[in-house]
Amino acid sequence: MNANGAVALQLVQVRKSFGPVMALRSGSLTVCSGSIHALVGENGAGKSTLVKIVAGLYQRDGGDFLLHGESVDFSSTAASKDAGIAVIYQEPTLFPDLSVTENLFMGRQPVGAGRRIDRKAMHEEATALFSRLGVSLDPRRLAEGLSIADQQIIEIAKAISLDASVLIMDEPTAALSGVEVDRLFAVARSLRDEGRALVFISHRFEEVFDLCDTVTVMRDGEYVSTDAIAETTPAAIVSKMVGREVAELFPKTPATIGEPVLQVAGLESAGVFHDVSFEVRSGEIVALAGLVGAGRSEIARAVFGVDGYDAGTVTLNGTAVRPRSPRAAIRAGMGFVPEDRRQQGLVTEASVAHNVAAVIRTKLSRLGLITRSAENRAAGPWSGRLEVKTNALDMHATTMSGGNQQKVVIAKWLATDPSLLIIDEPTRGIDVGTKSEVHRLISELAGQGMAILMISSELPEVLGMADRVLVVCEGRITADIDRADATPESVMTAATNTIGAAS
Amino acid sequence: MTTTDTPRAQADRTYPSYAKALWQRVLLTREFAVIALLLIVFFYSRSEIPNFDGPLTIYYLLLDVAPILLIALPMTLVIITGEIDLSVASVVGLSSVLVGDLHQGGMSIPMAALVAILVGVLCGAFNGFLVAYVGLPSLAVTIGTLALYRGLAVGLLGTTAITDFPEKWTDLAKDRIGDSSYPVIVIPILVLVILFVLLLHFTPFGRGVFDIGLNDEAAHFSGVNVARTKFWLFVMAGAVSAFAGIYFTLRFGSSRGDNATGMELQVIAAVLLGGVSIFGGRGALHGVLAGVLLIGVLQSALRLDDVSANVINIIIGILLIASVMSTSFLTFVARTTAGMKRRASDGSPERRQRQASAHHEGNNS
Repeated sequence: MNANGAVALQLVQVRKSFGPVMALRSGSLTVCSGSIHALVGENGAGKSTLVKIVAGLYQRDGGDFLLHGESVDFSSTAASKDAGIAVIYQEPTLFPDLSVTENLFMGRQPVGAGRRIDRKAMHEEATALFSRLGVSLDPRRLAEGLSIADQQIIEIAKAISLDASVLIMDEPTAALSGVEVDRLFAVARSLRDEGRALVFISHRFEEVFDLCDTVTVMRDGEYVSTDAIAETTPAAIVSKMVGREVAELFPKTPATIGEPVLQVAGLESAGVFHDVSFEVRSGEIVALAGLVGAGRSEIARAVFGVDGYDAGTVTLNGTAVRPRSPRAAIRAGMGFVPEDRRQQGLVTEASVAHNVAAVIRTKLSRLGLITRSAENRAAGPWSGRLEVKTNALDMHATTMSGGNQQKVVIAKWLATDPSLLIIDEPTRGIDVGTKSEVHRLISELAGQGMAILMISSELPEVLGMADRVLVVCEGRITADIDRADATPESVMTAATNTIGAAS
Repeated sequence: MTTTDTPRAQADRTYPSYAKALWQRVLLTREFAVIALLLIVFFYSRSEIPNFDGPLTIYYLLLDVAPILLIALPMTLVIITGEIDLSVASVVGLSSVLVGDLHQGGMSIPMAALVAILVGVLCGAFNGFLVAYVGLPSLAVTIGTLALYRGLAVGLLGTTAITDFPEKWTDLAKDRIGDSSYPVIVIPILVLVILFVLLLHFTPFGRGVFDIGLNDEAAHFSGVNVARTKFWLFVMAGAVSAFAGIYFTLRFGSSRGDNATGMELQVIAAVLLGGVSIFGGRGALHGVLAGVLLIGVLQSALRLDDVSANVINIIIGILLIASVMSTSFLTFVARTTAGMKRRASDGSPERRQRQASAHHEGNNS
């Protein structure tokens, strides 16, 4: 345990249930001032519930909750804020039509003579806050259009202006690019050095090991362990998180690489991507790497026909694919697991069977008619093969965890027997156990001769899975790196090579 | 998600097709509640309302609801995709005027009817084009075409009415099947009901209709042709409305520009009463049929009971609000009772909690 600094926040065996659902069985966490404490665990481990109790969003059912040694009980988020706790969520919610400053001082604007809002004082304090954090952000601009990274900075600035002693960041880096992560970490370190206590929740181990000094692992709603970062390893943490040894995080099996399946030539979309040419062969896993916003997903969407393009051709198995038509792409033999599962990947309010059979309906029809039982017969084996966790095939996908939903999406596309599968962020928001299941599956599919085009923002995933890495930077492919030559450095260099500063 | 399985399980999992027993899936639905209400109101009226059990009640009831029933079929599909078509009654009026005008000009009734249906198709195609391909909101588009088509209808015929139709055709519209109390219009209705039930509930196209209503982006990503689906639904609504207009004209032997004014709201009310969600994605045709008939039976029974038309409207309005409210109420009841049941029979708390917490956080994070 970290020795410097007194204990700021302490939770001991905190319990919380929602009706019959026990979300948190025994949550414990001890965070010291002047330290950055990582909280890790699979989805469903109870991290979010714990955070929401600290934030005053939920009230605990039992256990102790101490702040600076005193037992506290927050009945609202306002009470928690008043006590000096600030929570920065993955995607902050600002008022888009108000200025950065107005957002900062929402609900507590400084007033001058005649109870009028003192805008000058507000701007001065905002400028002072940003310079203290070492970020350049115009306090007068509207919040609309700010990047998620900037929005988080505003939340942090708000926390500091309230003089929060405990800052909790719930997966802040999930949507950030490399440069933005670095800036966030710099801010976090300076806050630590000011003696504040920080809790950092993340699925990315390299970040945890880079930033934090202590790590607490949770599993199944229970506390597992707390270790000093210096005395532990990612492998040890992973095995504690999943309660078993995850043999290999990226189980890439060798596959025979055959004929080209997908050929993209001179694909062009004004302002989005330019002169994109590449091919994916059967049995090959090709990764599109690059910063968030570089145009990777846009390329994939154009190839699949969700979006149009201005010039260029997409050829699958030797035949040209009609642009702007997902139907044509599907008929040609493409599958597409999109980035946003809930919004694009599946119809969450429909049943598992409905979703899994969604693309093969025509094949399941007899004389143009399709029955529920035909869908069930087709969906059952595919759900089983992917080990989708559900009680029955007519359960809605709404209640499922992210990993489980992703399995449904993948099952849906595997059912079409595609020759090319495009997977955009295959494991975003998925816990470690399911992650390695997904990786193993992708690798197996490639082994069976499927061509895989994978988009990933997680460098270890790219390096671990891909036979070839295509790096996209500002809408252009800036490097084509073989598995043997792909290193974090070579990929990141290519990803940033035309832009000096991304922020 | 939490798992204690080894990641590479050898045996594939199998799943039951349904989480609940058949009777629960059939009986505990909103559609069935409407059907039950229909039966209760029907049998109550038969025993309590004088003359309701007379031989002509069912006959007139069916004659009256026929146009609403017909238009409710495509309207159900349109509403399930999350759109709406307010122009249907105006198409009824336009088709009525066309049949009258063309017949007066010397065209035979079948030819005039064919032209009217083609114009209905065009009206629907215009709606569909603006909504599906131009991307305008259907509420705005069809408010516009409601006025436009009605304006055309009244413009064509002015305020006069054509009442000079051959008896052969006006009688057909009121004819009965043999000696039964069912009018002949029931036959085309049944054919269309079967076609629409198959289309909505038993074809890939129908599955796509639900997908569009629940999440049109995901539907698009799965290869559902969202625009084309919506376009054809509006075309169907136009065609069926035109057919209803022909029936309407012949049944009353009168072709007027203001025929069926306001009928779009009756159709939509019946569809919503039948359990179709106004937000799209949910609904079934058996519920809609029950909804239409429920309104028909209520109107007929209350009229026989000498209740004034205004009071009938009030009762039907209240019924509609109650039925829309009942959806949220039923969900609330289902959630509470499910919670209590689980708490009462919590056999293996450990495992259940673990699953539950997995679900829980999956929802939040």
